[in-house]
Amino acid sequence: MSRILLTGNAAAAWGARLAGVDYVPAFPITPQTEIIETLAGWIDSGEMDGRLVTLESEHSMITAAGSAAATGVRVFSATSSQGLLYGMEMLYTVAGWRAPFVLVNVSRGLASPITLESDHNDILAARDCGFLQIHCATCQEVLDSTLMAYRLAEDSRVRLPVIVNLDGFYLSFTREPVEIPAAKAAAAFVGDFDPQNTRFRASTPESQAVAVLGGSPYSYFRYETHLAALNGITVYDEISAGFREAFGRDHPAVEAYRAEDAEYLFVMLGSFATKAREAVDRLRDAGWAIGLLRPRLLRPFPEDALRRLLTGRRAVAVIDQNLSMGMGGVLHCELLAALYGHADAPPVVASFIGGLGGRDISAEEFYEIAQTLRRAVDDGRTPPPRLLYTKDEIREIRKLQAVAHVEREELNERH
Amino acid sequence: MYRIRFHGRGGQGMKTASRILGSAFFGAGYEVQDAPRYGAERRGAPIFAYVRAARETINERGIISRPDLVVVADDTLVPVPASGVLAGVCEHTVLLINTTQTTDAWQHRLNIRSPVITLPASTDLGDRSDLPYIGATCAGAAARLVGVISRDALADAIRTELAALGPQVIERNLENALDAWDLMQAHSGLVTEGGMTGAADYDRPDWADLPFEAARISAPTVYAAANSVEVRTGLWRTLRPVIDYARCNRCWWVCSTFCPDGAIDVADDGTPAIDYDHCKGCMICVAQCPPHAIEAVAEEHAQRDAMTGESP
Repeated sequence: MSRILLTGNAAAAWGARLAGVDYVPAFPITPQTEIIETLAGWIDSGEMDGRLVTLESEHSMITAAGSAAATGVRVFSATSSQGLLYGMEMLYTVAGWRAPFVLVNVSRGLASPITLESDHNDILAARDCGFLQIHCATCQEVLDSTLMAYRLAEDSRVRLPVIVNLDGFYLSFTREPVEIPAAKAAAAFVGDFDPQNTRFRASTPESQAVAVLGGSPYSYFRYETHLAALNGITVYDEISAGFREAFGRDHPAVEAYRAEDAEYLFVMLGSFATKAREAVDRLRDAGWAIGLLRPRLLRPFPEDALRRLLTGRRAVAVIDQNLSMGMGGVLHCELLAALYGHADAPPVVASFIGGLGGRDISAEEFYEIAQTLRRAVDDGRTPPPRLLYTKDEIREIRKLQAVAHVEREELNERH
Repeated sequence: MYRIRFHGRGGQGMKTASRILGSAFFGAGYEVQDAPRYGAERRGAPIFAYVRAARETINERGIISRPDLVVVADDTLVPVPASGVLAGVCEHTVLLINTTQTTDAWQHRLNIRSPVITLPASTDLGDRSDLPYIGATCAGAAARLVGVISRDALADAIRTELAALGPQVIERNLENALDAWDLMQAHSGLVTEGGMTGAADYDRPDWADLPFEAARISAPTVYAAANSVEVRTGLWRTLRPVIDYARCNRCWWVCSTFCPDGAIDVADDGTPAIDYDHCKGCMICVAQCPPHAIEAVAEEHAQRDAMTGESP
């Protein structure tokens, strides 16, 4: 094992390499990432076996990935933001094939307006498609999760594709120390892909993913996919226990940071959650009983684990780095659904929206969120959802609007 | 935790600088985070990169708002607002500027009391985006300023980070970086680790409630025609095309047609004029001009000549 500085992109590529993937279909142009460039370099130089094929779109790339997986080979691919959405039709389609493979998504905010930096609306758009989702907070987790994702996808109780998600810029371009497992140890952990009856071959005709008419057979196939996804919770726990045993690193379905005796909790997804860890440390220094919960597994949703970890707390702040238009934070909504009607559910579960399009969340904002929770408990009232946005930022947007002649347009309409 | 920002232009190797310093810290036993920050991915455009180093796990991420050290590889960036060189600079922050001017001049000009250290920039440069080996030089100086990185650790980091570029490039970079390390001897350890705002006493964020605004205001629409003119992309330029009107044959079309930014206007008599507010310095006009009437001049020299009234 060696510990070196790697970007999140390089860590994802190492994950694919150590998992011994056979086939990498890739759309090679923006918003494709260095993950594919890195794999292409290794395959070209002979450092890595496998075949990499470029496709003309993410739609074709995901089709190729699903098709190849249906022949029983181990498949890896990667995309980001608009690319994931361009392939959306096929995400739903290939998940229904029950052909397992791993797709890495580098999360970025979606158009419009166009942006480059990270938030989670892209990956959450794929929430309901049948791919399982693992969300990473560090570059180490990206590598480890890619290995774990193959075990999860290929398990006979699951047999579904898995997306490993990492945040653009904050992980994808950021180098951190990453321990690269020895190739043999990684191969032993991931194991061989036993495709069972998934063995589509030339001259051996079979029809996969047939059409069904009428709601009854359709309901059967869809609900079976749901049950397989739910199995993922138990299977994931087994895999993470095995990973801890093999490599000494713990990646539970829900990270609980200094949460044991916490009266207050932050709940967040992805790499910004490490900022919350830092804030938890400082708040603890100042006497707060506060901690952090971070679901790594988002699909299947680790409902029981979250409920267990949240029960009996005074107040919870869900900080969503996403926005469902006309509803609010997606994680906030899902957490409330998990808690409703259960005894000892926290009386205050407040919603905060922050980090959209990579907007920073400062330490002071975490402190203020904690204060907001304390006030809410004192008042016995859950505060309305809060967008993390300052008066300075409004002044800045007014300047941009002035340059865009927005106010002149308004004047024109008035006259 | 050490928090260090490198500012430069696309092509000057700021990502490499951050990686060399990151590797050097890592080699010295620190936990490290290093990353470049891209905006316009173009040669000459302002970019920055940052390094965090600490003895314990680093949980902070993203932009460094309170730097301990700001390294400026190209002093023409300081007045460019988009470069954000001075963001978060306080009395604790050390500024390291690659410049031909003095510490006093910078302290006076920026009206700051932060320590300013200068790296004597070469005065005889062509294209500033090719500032030779400036990334490694900046990393070498920064390594000495923090005072916890040995000369050998710096050299190892350069060999690691530049391994793909071959022995000659590594040698030149080593030479420059180690010279810079030696040059900073008097300031070794000047940069110290900054703390983090505690949760007991902090400036409350000035949160605002966003009001509803109708789509005619709140849609991301630019109503003004051609207002990109207000973005002075000429600030990205590292080389300036200068027309020698004695040689120009008033062809009326070659330079202006080839200019990808429409930054050359031609008068009725065929005389071209370059709009330096928007010329990005690609030098296509220089290459295309049939009578070779356009010369490439280092932007820094052109600006100095303009100030002293000399024609280039």
